[in-house]
Amino acid sequence: MLGLIGRKIGMTQNLREDEGATPLTVIEAGPCFVVGKRTVEQDGYESVQLGFGEKKRVTKPLEGFFKKSRVKPLAHVFEFRTKREGQTFISVKLGQKIGVEIFQKGDRVDVTGWSKGKGFQGVVKRHGYSGGPKSHGSMSGRIPGSIGCSTTPGRVIKGKGLPGRMGGKRKTVKNLKVLMVDPERNLLLVKGAVPGSRRGLLLIKTR
Amino acid sequence: MDILQEIEKDGLKAKIPDFSPGDLVRVYSKIIEGEKSRIQRYQGTVIQRRGSGIRATFTVRKVTEGIGVERIFPLHSPLITKIEILKRGKVRRAKLYYIRKRVGKAARIEEKRE
Repeated sequence: MLGLIGRKIGMTQNLREDEGATPLTVIEAGPCFVVGKRTVEQDGYESVQLGFGEKKRVTKPLEGFFKKSRVKPLAHVFEFRTKREGQTFISVKLGQKIGVEIFQKGDRVDVTGWSKGKGFQGVVKRHGYSGGPKSHGSMSGRIPGSIGCSTTPGRVIKGKGLPGRMGGKRKTVKNLKVLMVDPERNLLLVKGAVPGSRRGLLLIKTR
Repeated sequence: MDILQEIEKDGLKAKIPDFSPGDLVRVYSKIIEGEKSRIQRYQGTVIQRRGSGIRATFTVRKVTEGIGVERIFPLHSPLITKIEILKRGKVRRAKLYYIRKRVGKAARIEEKRE
């Protein structure tokens, strides 16, 4: 179990005789460098800290952190768990370069990104409520309707979908199929959509 | 964006006949039914072309038994084997949506003469 940090480049499609049009997302994945490690002995769990992207301004404390792994300071550092139950630990060295080669065509991956901020949104867009009738004298176009019962329970149930800020959250899309891996250009093509805008940061993990 | 274009490049058709809205075309598309495949012909007027790269599509409209039929084809789809241009139309706009409201003689498009 290992992952990569990358950026979304954009979406396009594939036209095939047997499948028709397939939507696909192009991701610039890696190259990442191992900048730190967590071990069971020291930290109680196994994981690898990966860094990605050039960092222009580096503070002294950060410089010290990157000195340990002898890589150039990187803009984004994330931790990836390397051990799950029943899976073996993949050994990596500090400073090691990890690229898209870790994925293969046909693999399934989970992709995490930060979704586009949508601002303050109503209940129809935010939670998929159907709203009321639009005409025939109805005045309940996009309102949520009743949000609960009366004296019993006398409160609104927790988790009730109401208007508010939408998007701009960390989201994960699971089980995306890898359609192509290009180690030369550090490109990864997955089937389907991925959260976030173009040039948005992504975390790609094997399942 | 150029990376996207490069990726799309492989799927693009090398040769696409030069046609534009208003033209009368015959589209040969491959229909796959289980094991067998056959070529279906569809003839009508191009009322729009849109999109760029591999996402480009065109819409062909025809009127069959008084009912208007419009089909949208992906320009670069491998299922489209041939596009035949039968007549060049003389039109003054890029999208011919106005033709949907016209019936009979009013729906005609003048032929372009060079």
